[in-house]
Amino acid sequence: MRLRKIDWSKWTITIVLAIFSIIFLIPLVWMTSSAGKLEKDVMEFPIRWIPKVWNYEGNFKEVWSGRVPFYMFYLNSIKLASIMTIVTIFFSSMAAYAFTKLRFRGRNLAFGMLMMFMIIPEQATLVPRFLLMRWFHLFNTHAGLIIMGMFSIYFTFLLRQFMLGVHNDYLEAAKIDGAGYFMTYWRIMLPLCKPILATVGIIKFIWSWNDYQNPLIFLVNKNLFPITLGMQMFKDDYADNFAVIMMASLSAILPLLIVFIILQKQVIKGIALGGVKG
Amino acid sequence: MNESSKGAARLTRAGERSFWNNERKEALAGWLFLAPEFLGMLFLYVFPVGFSLYLSFCDWNLVGGLASIKFIGLDNFVAMFEDKKVLLSLKNNLIYTVFTVPIGMALSLLLAVVIHTRVFFQSYFKVAFFIPYISSIIAVGAVWSALYHPSQGPINQFLMRLGISDPPKWLADTTYSLPSIIIIAIWAGIGYQIIIYLAGLTNIPDDVYEAASIDGASSTQQFFKITMPLLTPTTSFLFITLLIGSFKVFDLVAFLTAGGPNDSSTVLVYRIFEEGFRNYKMGYASALSWLLFAIVGLVTLITWKFQNKKEI
Repeated sequence: MRLRKIDWSKWTITIVLAIFSIIFLIPLVWMTSSAGKLEKDVMEFPIRWIPKVWNYEGNFKEVWSGRVPFYMFYLNSIKLASIMTIVTIFFSSMAAYAFTKLRFRGRNLAFGMLMMFMIIPEQATLVPRFLLMRWFHLFNTHAGLIIMGMFSIYFTFLLRQFMLGVHNDYLEAAKIDGAGYFMTYWRIMLPLCKPILATVGIIKFIWSWNDYQNPLIFLVNKNLFPITLGMQMFKDDYADNFAVIMMASLSAILPLLIVFIILQKQVIKGIALGGVKG
Repeated sequence: MNESSKGAARLTRAGERSFWNNERKEALAGWLFLAPEFLGMLFLYVFPVGFSLYLSFCDWNLVGGLASIKFIGLDNFVAMFEDKKVLLSLKNNLIYTVFTVPIGMALSLLLAVVIHTRVFFQSYFKVAFFIPYISSIIAVGAVWSALYHPSQGPINQFLMRLGISDPPKWLADTTYSLPSIIIIAIWAGIGYQIIIYLAGLTNIPDDVYEAASIDGASSTQQFFKITMPLLTPTTSFLFITLLIGSFKVFDLVAFLTAGGPNDSSTVLVYRIFEEGFRNYKMGYASALSWLLFAIVGLVTLITWKFQNKKEI
């Protein structure tokens, strides 16, 4: 047997990078510790990383049942992000299926056009979208926000890349059995795409959850606000009570963080997919 | 002619009528599958861009209703280059780009290379640096705004301990508001860039490095002679993505400073937001939108051209 030598240089670099990563995460560590402090202790210096008086419960109560209706923002965010994610998955995968497995005239032209639309920055369409939403009475509604958030050329592109790799034999077999186009898509294609759909779904969910710009412009009614606008209210309402604000931040970040840590492989793979074929 | 030759091809290929039906059915199915996505895009991207082009030549305050739309030719575009706030926002956008893009890319390349080969616990590091990216930028922005607090914030208390008696007021300071936002943006975005670079690095086969080290190439040489050139596609992808993204910056500015203090951190998208949705000047906001579209389009074209040249 060969004796394994300890790789000192690799360990040294690991330790240096580990220290750097902790420094890098200090803002989030500080958030987590401040979320459990009394208002007067938050800005204590030098920083006390473990709260002197353990006030997580108090701040938690203030956030979740205080004067700003946080739980409502939370429910709104869950609703908006879930619906947008599911619908986006359907529309994008349907388009990707047409682009890869159905042959028809104008297909490549349509794909080329879609790719060209990708250069249009979303921000450049804000004013006309604002007018459209008002004319269709969708301004200040969740429906309007959902309609704007359920199409994605980027995800269509990612799904198309994946479906190009799905062998036609699977689909031919279904066809021979007499399945129509929709059945083939529903029963064969979608199940084969499960891994990529999961990846796309998580990313879309995270992006929708974190969206700030669209709600800011298209929502007025506080009852409809998602968590990002809720954070704004916290910041304005609680001004210098940073313990409560940090608890609100923690509450906004934590669920996604947990989901991310559990599904990190899919998320990271999904993000990396975008870069492979630039 | 095209039609008939196609018809002939059909006949020879299938030789029976039922196939003809299938082809039509397949085309119908194809368009039906495409319809939601395509119509959505026409409704939310293509029509708006065209409509805002029209509006950009008009003077229209929403409060006056549709009747008050007035065609004014190029006046909006003339006005916008005399508008101090717009010029300031363009300057700020440029500063933002010049700092976030190169610093972010250099830092993320370095970290990605180190994470890729030089450390244990790779997946921990990937996750650690990626956490800020998946966290809501608004929630994270609230944390930074507490850290930046001028009198009590940990950053300034630390600086005062170091003997700096008059540290910057960060977000509340006309000189430092934009740099403060740039720091947050780099911090929050680096995880994404590391992941993209790591994906690029895994595509480089190991034997290239093995061959190089047999030939006696030092690791610095390997980095500049192998890693960098082979990462060119990744680098240019990231460069385009970040460059375009940097012109769209909005969330942090709107949430943390509202473009202030005294417009010191205003950016182009924030101008669109304020003129359109706070002052209701729809025509002027549309003209600004087209300025943004033109900048992004131009940047995309130039980088494409540049890339294609390099490939030949």
